[in-house]
Amino acid sequence: MIWQLDFLILIFVIICAVAAINIRDLLSAVIILGAFSFFMCLLWTEMGAIDVAFTEASVATAISTLLFVGAIYKTTRRSKD
Amino acid sequence: MLTRVYDNLIVQTVCRVMIPFIQIYALYVIAHGHYSPGGGFQGGVILTAALALIFLAYGQGPAIRRMNRIQAVIFCSIGVAIYVGIGLYCLLAGGNFLDYSQLAPLLHVSVPRARSLGILGVEIGVGLAVMTAMYSIILDIAGQSGNETQSTDTEPETGPQTANRKPDSSQ
Repeated sequence: MIWQLDFLILIFVIICAVAAINIRDLLSAVIILGAFSFFMCLLWTEMGAIDVAFTEASVATAISTLLFVGAIYKTTRRSKD
Repeated sequence: MLTRVYDNLIVQTVCRVMIPFIQIYALYVIAHGHYSPGGGFQGGVILTAALALIFLAYGQGPAIRRMNRIQAVIFCSIGVAIYVGIGLYCLLAGGNFLDYSQLAPLLHVSVPRARSLGILGVEIGVGLAVMTAMYSIILDIAGQSGNETQSTDTEPETGPQTANRKPDSSQ
């Protein structure tokens, strides 16, 4: 474990999380959530949890993003709040 | 809508090249699941990603032609039956649930080999169930809602699909 690399990835994770909450466009929020999942995958790989990182990369980055995009195309792209 | 067929040659060609490698990698993940990272769930999700790539690039018609909802439910039940069947056989043979050492007299192998083969069989069942269940969820969320009959689903797809098949035959 290299704590500098951990800290750098953690900063990216927090930036992606705050941006995904605050952005108005829901499609952009979904893409940023995919980036969040990718950085979480990097963080888990760096911390030695390879199996969890594998699950995160396959489920959260691919399938979850696809389901969110499908849900957005069913409803609306603009955030109401 | 996600159900529209895109006439994008680059996307369709890239998907046609990528999908066999994705599926081979998914089978690698499932087959090596008991002594490397990965396993039935991850391999099944990657197989679902290959099917979803067909769904995104070619539209709903070709994806449903490869596996429709009824086949998805049947294969999901088969996967769960493989898992529960191995577990219940070990239970009925005198051990605990999923106690793979009870499979050794059936397979005519040693006990460690029987444990390895038992885990492999369970992971094949889990991968089959996860692939078809997630594919069914994707069809329900991103697919056409309302008309469930196959004739109305595939009827509008035949026009663009035959137009898509023309560059294939000319290659």
